[in-house]
Amino acid sequence: MPGVEGFMYPNEVELQWSVLIVLYPFLTGLVAGAFILASLERVFQVEAVKPTYRLALLTALAFLLVAPLPLQLHLGHPERSYEMYLTPHRTSAMAMFGFVYLWYLMGVLLLEIWLDYRRDIVVLSQSTTGWRRLLYRLMTLGSNNISQHALEIDDRLGWLITLIGIPSAFLLHGYVGFIFGSVKANPWWSSPLMPVVFIFSAMVSGIATVMLLYMLLTWARKETIDMRCVDTVARYLFYTFIIDFSLEMLDLIHRIYEADESFRSLDFMVHTKLYMSHIVIQIILGTVTPIALLALTQVLRLGEMARKRIYALAGCLTLVGIFAMRWNIVIGGQLFSKSFLGYTTYKMGLATREGLLVAIALTILPLLILWVLTKLLPPWPEKDSGLSPDAAPAH
Amino acid sequence: MSITRRHMLLLLPAAAVAWKYVLAGAPDAAPNYKMSEHWWGMLIDLPNCIGCGNCVRACQAENDVPDEYFRTWVERYHVSDYDIENPHVDSPDGGKKGFPPGKAEGGKNFFVPKLCNHCADSPCTQVCPVGATFISPDGVVLVDKTYCLGCRYCVQACPYGCRFINPKTSTAEKCTLCYHRITKGLTTACCEACPTGARQLADLKNPNDPIHEFLKTHDVQVLKPYMATHAKVFYNDLDGSVR
Amino acid sequence: MNMFKDAGHLFRVAVVSVVIGLAFLGIRALLVPKSFGQYGHYRGNAMAEMAARPVNFAGHQACEDCHADVLEKKKSGKHAHVNCEACHGPLAKHVDDPGSVTPAKLDTAVLCVRCHEANIAKPKGFPQVASVDHSSGVPCDTCHQPHSPVIEGGGK
Repeated sequence: MPGVEGFMYPNEVELQWSVLIVLYPFLTGLVAGAFILASLERVFQVEAVKPTYRLALLTALAFLLVAPLPLQLHLGHPERSYEMYLTPHRTSAMAMFGFVYLWYLMGVLLLEIWLDYRRDIVVLSQSTTGWRRLLYRLMTLGSNNISQHALEIDDRLGWLITLIGIPSAFLLHGYVGFIFGSVKANPWWSSPLMPVVFIFSAMVSGIATVMLLYMLLTWARKETIDMRCVDTVARYLFYTFIIDFSLEMLDLIHRIYEADESFRSLDFMVHTKLYMSHIVIQIILGTVTPIALLALTQVLRLGEMARKRIYALAGCLTLVGIFAMRWNIVIGGQLFSKSFLGYTTYKMGLATREGLLVAIALTILPLLILWVLTKLLPPWPEKDSGLSPDAAPAH
Repeated sequence: MSITRRHMLLLLPAAAVAWKYVLAGAPDAAPNYKMSEHWWGMLIDLPNCIGCGNCVRACQAENDVPDEYFRTWVERYHVSDYDIENPHVDSPDGGKKGFPPGKAEGGKNFFVPKLCNHCADSPCTQVCPVGATFISPDGVVLVDKTYCLGCRYCVQACPYGCRFINPKTSTAEKCTLCYHRITKGLTTACCEACPTGARQLADLKNPNDPIHEFLKTHDVQVLKPYMATHAKVFYNDLDGSVR
Repeated sequence: MNMFKDAGHLFRVAVVSVVIGLAFLGIRALLVPKSFGQYGHYRGNAMAEMAARPVNFAGHQACEDCHADVLEKKKSGKHAHVNCEACHGPLAKHVDDPGSVTPAKLDTAVLCVRCHEANIAKPKGFPQVASVDHSSGVPCDTCHQPHSPVIEGGGK
């Protein structure tokens, strides 16, 4: 059989989960990571990262809106997905996705953004005209109360929601890790470390995304980048990345040392079919290199320009590395036979429903949504909107 | 109705009930079939398997299984005497067209038919997000194809590779233990077509089923017992290298 | 008093949430299949629907009820325990309508080797031949009667 080496159970030859399922944990990871970065400022009072606060929230929202799309597209019967809400199966790790997702979207993210932006929304609903005015008025839910006391209440509630939001973000992504980690039939996935590794890699990818977006958007708006902010974000990226890398190495060393019945098969796979994406791209290029680059900025006294370039490069490599990690988990976990006697090949379609083009479109879509969101709810003080940074509610 | 009175008279009483039922195509299980009275499984008597592929063909004919997918299949093991943990296995087209003769290379050779193990603690039904696959009250793991999302989580969760997505329905599919037959008093298509009796349907709740005597007197094992799925397909004389 | 006035917008959020929640419960009550949960977390009717499918293999009892003569012939031979449809294929349609659906005539040159062609993995005691050497293409039923294959007075 083409693409098959050794023996596969005959139903295993075809891969079940495609590149779209690679994208799904990648996107939810960005959501969770971006939110956790935003909450640093809010709950842990890290003033330095304040310029990224609103951007991080909007980034989280943009990616969260897209996150279920790859799942939908991959279903054999997308029109039946509502059943997840109607008859969720208690014993299924996947069944809770719909509820965790909705809770996080409606209960945490939308509410927090609304509370934080409420003053702006009310001001905008009075200063704009036409359909924008209508939209903003709808968003006020008919209440124009932005008295000092009302805003204080919002601020206190927002703080509380962020506090609830942090475990929710952990839940959202840790739970995605559990979907894989709890499959006992698959030794490549089955690991109690999986949810933890997912959470930390999510934080890494989310922080890197917000850092890159902040630098890119500030540069595009011809403003000056707040280096104190970027330095702090990069430092957090460095720390979380070290934890993430340690956890992944712990998992790897544990597997190698234990060398259970699946080891021969998995080891062979990592050295052949997965060598490029696992060893080269994920570990060397996407993890060790950015960590080394970030370490340089911590150890050496570099100029502003050099730091910016290093951050940009390290951020991009980080995203490549985290994507490769998702790829290696999802695709790698399906390349070997559960008989441990053979391997199959993943053939990615190009213009098919689960093909490369759809995957690229789904990666770009959140950026478009983010662009629309920044137009609607500017995350930075706009000169012409009449909103000055000083007028923002005090925290 | 084309069955004649003469035929009816000739039919044995039990079969007559079953057959009348088959023809009626009524939506319910056979009238005297009570789900609570059965707990289905299967016995695979490996020393009798000749790898003819009759079961694979019969299953396809009975259940309209799409080509290149299998509700049951046959594997051929070659275990060399110097490396018993790394058998060489082949299963060309699931054994549907039989096997090439093979060369004598030392070591042992044998066939292993595979099918859904109808686990009592099945990982596949555990992970279904909507309750589209389930263990019926009579112990058969079934898929409700009108309710299945096609998320494929169950395919990932099965340790034995027994599930696939039917490209025609885009839903999960697997061995039903010929649920439409066993509820009418017939045996499964694979057991019916097996020429050597290597496959035998077993009702573990029926005290008169020969399975009980067999289990008491033979070295019987299930596949991947460490998966703790409480599989109900029992293999007689199973070699340790089979996985 | 002032507290409630300044939190008014939050009550609006609460009202929106409650409306969404109620709508969800309403839709849920409408859309969940009636038999869901009858036996467990699945659609109870699913089993009856699956059980209702027609069969293709009639089962040997149905065959033997009409073809008692063949049963008699088989009974003493090596193929006594081989069910009819193992060789003849699925014939429920024939049982259904014996007049108009007649089983195809079988080609023993193709049929017998499915079981009896020599294979390294077959049980040692099972009668098997390398068909090319054994008969060089001559149909098996030239010498063996499939319903009772032992050749009288010689051979195996």
